[in-house]
Amino acid sequence: MSPQPLDSVKGFAVTFRQLFKKPITQQYPEYKRPVYPRFRGRHRLHRHENGLEKCVGCSLCAAACPADCIRVVAEENTPDNRVSPGERYARIYEINMSRCIFCGYCELACPFDAITLGNEYEISEYSRDDLIYTKDMLLAEPIKKVPVADRDLYDTPIPYYQDHS
Amino acid sequence: MREPWWISLIKAGVIVNLIMLAFAYTTWLERKLLGRMQNRFGPNRAGPYGLLQPFADLIKLVRKESFFPVAARHPLYIAAPIISMFTALAAFAVIPFGAGWQIWHYHVNGEIANVSIALILIFALGSIGVYGAIIGGWASQSKFSLLGSMRTCAQLVSYEVSLALSVLGVVLMGQSLNLVDIVNKQGATIWFFIPQLAGLLVFFFAMIAETSRPPFDLPEADTELVAGYHTEYGGMRWGLFQTAEYINLITLSALAVTLFFAGWHGPYAPLGPLWFLLKVFIFVSVFIWIRASVPRLRYDQLMRFGWKILLPVATINAVVTALLVVWIS
Repeated sequence: MSPQPLDSVKGFAVTFRQLFKKPITQQYPEYKRPVYPRFRGRHRLHRHENGLEKCVGCSLCAAACPADCIRVVAEENTPDNRVSPGERYARIYEINMSRCIFCGYCELACPFDAITLGNEYEISEYSRDDLIYTKDMLLAEPIKKVPVADRDLYDTPIPYYQDHS
Repeated sequence: MREPWWISLIKAGVIVNLIMLAFAYTTWLERKLLGRMQNRFGPNRAGPYGLLQPFADLIKLVRKESFFPVAARHPLYIAAPIISMFTALAAFAVIPFGAGWQIWHYHVNGEIANVSIALILIFALGSIGVYGAIIGGWASQSKFSLLGSMRTCAQLVSYEVSLALSVLGVVLMGQSLNLVDIVNKQGATIWFFIPQLAGLLVFFFAMIAETSRPPFDLPEADTELVAGYHTEYGGMRWGLFQTAEYINLITLSALAVTLFFAGWHGPYAPLGPLWFLLKVFIFVSVFIWIRASVPRLRYDQLMRFGWKILLPVATINAVVTALLVVWIS
């Protein structure tokens, strides 16, 4: 059948040898492979050092979003309700994670580096409603932590917003 | 030696369940060995070493919705997997797995049924089993199922010829169609795989094709063609086809062990059934090894191999054996 019958027998030796090797599978839930430092995962909203929100409700992120998953409703800051340092703040800030494609355009569009994409990727839910993240969820520290690879392993510049804030 | 009918009944019940268990753990062994040969773990989540995986699969299959294609012929659509399953299970009845034992004052034979034409019975059941594929593909009322069942039939019928011819040498040497006699003859003289090496090789290849295992798994070439005659089946009905296929694999392995490797004979006689199990286990492992190592044949290669290589070799083997048997005796 085959031109080199012996070569097809050699294949059996190859497969047999693999039996004695350690499988190279990474057992995922137990072992989480460190993600690339600039991995784009779940969003975060940030605050200034003094506790005010960086977001000023300009909706540029919503405009930049190709998946149309961000909803921002802005409201004026008043002296007795000062949420952000600017004129306005985001009264409602929602991201529909079932639509988000994790492109990071919101991050680029934001003039105040108020929204960034974090490293967390374990964000599945049983219900679609649970995938609409509110402002409180995005402002809070993420519950799950993901191992991140050492930045020095990669030729990765430190993002501007982490260097100058 | 006669035994009371109720002993046969008990034995049949035990053996059927043992075969189902063996089937379950053949799937586990297959996935595990395939995994290790491909540097993966294979199933390792359900139970220690994934040992509960077959049961998890069973529960999943049974709980699935059992749907009908709108156009399917209902009675036949249901009957097809049952036919496959029944013939697969029934064929094991004549395979001897031990010498027979004296338990209390009853004699228990080492096989369920001692039939004088056991070999013909097995091949007859195998031929009926093809109807499972034909009917299943036709009753589904789908082009792909029908084409798949034609593909299956063409393959099974072609290789059945070689399969039956390849054991002719063994029948001539054992001078019986009774598997018990053939095993005893081998225990008394020589294991038939030495004089019948050509027969064994033909039987081996034809057996892979008969059980539609890779590299002859054209009936369900899952990676390149639609799944074949069971395209329209789902849930446990599909599971029955799959079960039948694996049980056929076990039965034919057991038949090969019986015909060529002296069945339950081994260095230490009281361990008879264990020797039998060990030999069948080796056969099944080799099949899995082949699956991991060889790519699937093209359909014309399959037909050419069956008709132009296996069949002439089997015929010559049978003729030469017949001449030698006559010449020696």
